[in-house]
Amino acid sequence: MQAFLDTLLGDAAGLERQLGYLAGMVVFGAVVVFGFVLPFAGIVTWAERRIWARIQSRVGPNRVGPFGFLQWLADGVKNILKEDIIPTVADRPLFRFAPYVVMVGFIAAFVCIPFSGDLIIADLNIGILYVTAVTSVVVVGILMAGWSSNNRWSLLGGIRAATQIISYEIPASLAIFPAVLLSGTLSMQGIIGEQGAAPWQWHMFHSPFALLGFGLFFTAALAEGNRTPFDLPEAESELVAGFATEYSGMRSTLFFMAEWGNLYIIGALVTTLYLGGWQVPQFTYNPVLMNLAQVGVFMGKSFACVFFMIWLRATLPRVRVDQLMALCWKYMVPLAMLSVFGTATLMVALPNGSHTLRMATFAVVVGVVIRFAFKVRFHLKRARALDYSSLSTGASQGLSS
Amino acid sequence: MSAVTSWLENVTASCSSVFEGLSITFSHFFRKPYTVEYPDRMETRVQDTLPFRYRGMLEVDLEICTGCLACERACPIECIVIDATKDKATGKLMINRFDIDLAKCMYCGLCSEPCPTGSIHHTREFEGSDYSLESMMRRYIKFPVAAYKPKKTGEDDPEIIPVLERGMRFLDEFAQPAAKPASGTKSSPGTKSSPGTTDPGSGTG
Repeated sequence: MQAFLDTLLGDAAGLERQLGYLAGMVVFGAVVVFGFVLPFAGIVTWAERRIWARIQSRVGPNRVGPFGFLQWLADGVKNILKEDIIPTVADRPLFRFAPYVVMVGFIAAFVCIPFSGDLIIADLNIGILYVTAVTSVVVVGILMAGWSSNNRWSLLGGIRAATQIISYEIPASLAIFPAVLLSGTLSMQGIIGEQGAAPWQWHMFHSPFALLGFGLFFTAALAEGNRTPFDLPEAESELVAGFATEYSGMRSTLFFMAEWGNLYIIGALVTTLYLGGWQVPQFTYNPVLMNLAQVGVFMGKSFACVFFMIWLRATLPRVRVDQLMALCWKYMVPLAMLSVFGTATLMVALPNGSHTLRMATFAVVVGVVIRFAFKVRFHLKRARALDYSSLSTGASQGLSS
Repeated sequence: MSAVTSWLENVTASCSSVFEGLSITFSHFFRKPYTVEYPDRMETRVQDTLPFRYRGMLEVDLEICTGCLACERACPIECIVIDATKDKATGKLMINRFDIDLAKCMYCGLCSEPCPTGSIHHTREFEGSDYSLESMMRRYIKFPVAAYKPKKTGEDDPEIIPVLERGMRFLDEFAQPAAKPASGTKSSPGTKSSPGTTDPGSGTG
C-alpha cells in the first residue's frame, strides 16, 4: 500500500505524506467495505442458490435481472422493509448489540486481506494472527444473540456455535503453521511473497505435509464459518434457525451477511496461505496494470474457493454434534500436528527445499484432478436418473415404450 | 493396533466418500435441469399439450344448445342454472339464462355426457384463479336467445357446422369412448352430421 501511494503522492513530505497514507488507507478501506464486502455477501447468496439449484437439477432464481442476478437486491430491499421485532422477554441491549459484534468481527478481518501487492488496508506484521483473533470475535456476538433471545433454540444454537468455533480454532491455527513456517513471517504480504506465480511454487505443493495442512485449514475454516457440513448452530431441522431464530428484518440480514461474507474471508485466507495469493509473473512495470492483474488473480483464486465451498454445501450432509467433536479432536488435531511437525522436520532436513518433492506433490494433485474428471465422465455416461415409470407393471411398460 | 487401523480406515473412507460425492454433484453441472418454468417460459402452453378429453373449465356453445336442461338435471351439485321458456309469439324455445358456477363445479363431467349436441363441454383451460367468488360465476346469456333446433335434413348453416362437428366429436370421444366404432359415422369430418338423424339419448347410459 505504502509503495503504491508513494508513486501517487509524488514528492509530498512530512505531515502531508502521512496524511496521504492515512487518506489512502481510509478510502481504500471504505471502498473495500462498501463497494465490495457488502455487495459480495449479497451476490454470494444469489450464486449459491444458482449453483445449488444446478447441482439439484433445478434452475434457481432467474427472474430478477439477467440470470436472476439482481435477486440479492430484491431480497435486501425486502429485508430492510421488514418489521424489526424484539421479543418482550429478550435482553434488549444485548439483543440489539449482538449483530453489530458479529459484523465487526467479520469486517475487521478485511483489514489484512491482501488484494494485490499494494492494495491492502494495512499489512500488519502479525497479519494472519490478527485475522484469526478478529474472526473469533464473531463467536462472542453469536453467543450474545443466542443468550439474549431468551429462547431455548437460540441458546442451543449459540452454545453449539461457541463450542464448534472454539474447538476448531485449534486445528485451524495449527494448520496455518506450515505456511507460516515456510514463509518465516506472519505478515500476509510476507507469506505471499515467499510463493511464486507457478502452481508448483505455492506453499500447498511444498510437501505432502503442506498439502495436508491446506486440506485441514480449509475444513477447519469451514467449521469456523458455520458452513455446511458443519452448520450445526443453524441446523434448521433441529433448531429452527439457531441463534438467529428471534431476529427479523435487517438484524437477521446482518447475521447472514456476516455468514456469507465469511466465505470470502475463508477463500482469501486459503488463497493467501497456500495458493500463492496474488502472485503473477512480472509482465509489465506499470504499477497500475500489475496491481489490476494481481487483483484479478487473487479474486479468481478466492472465488474458486468460494465456489468449492458452495459445491461442498450441496454435496455433504450435516454432521452430528458428537461426529463434529470427534472429527476435530480425534482426527484433525493429530493430523494438524503431523502437518506442522512434518513440515518443520522437512525444513530442517532439506533447508533449501526439495524440487522433486514439490513436483511429486503437484503431480499427485494433478492426478487426483484427472481421476476426478474421469469419475465425473463415468457418472455422466453410466449413472442416469432412474425412470420410475419403467419400473411399474408390465402394462404401463408397454405404454411408456 | 486395531484402533490405529480403524482410525486410518475412517480417514481414507471419509476422504474417498467426499471425493465420490463431489464427483456426483459436479456431474450435474453438465446435465439439463428438469425444471418446467410454468407458465410463461414454456415452448407450448400446457393447455395445448393436454388431451382432448381433459376435464377443464366448462364452456357452452350457445349456437347448438337445444335448451333441453339435460345438463342441469345431471349436475349433482346444481352449479348449472338454466331458464328456458317458450316464446308465445314466435313459438320458439328461448333460453333466458345459462349460468355455470365454476367455483362450485367439481369437474365430474356428468353434465357433458347427456348433452345431445355436445354444446356443454369441457375445455382444456384450467387456470381459474380470480380475485372474487362472484367472478367465477359464468353467465353465458345477456339477452335471450333462441334454442338450437336440429334440422331433419342435416345442418346447412356454414357457421354452425364446425361448432356442431366439434360438439359431436367431443361426445364421441368424451362421453362414450367405448362405443366409438359404432358411432364412427357421427363424427367423421366432412359429412354433415345432424343430431336429428341420430338418437341423442343412445350414449348417455
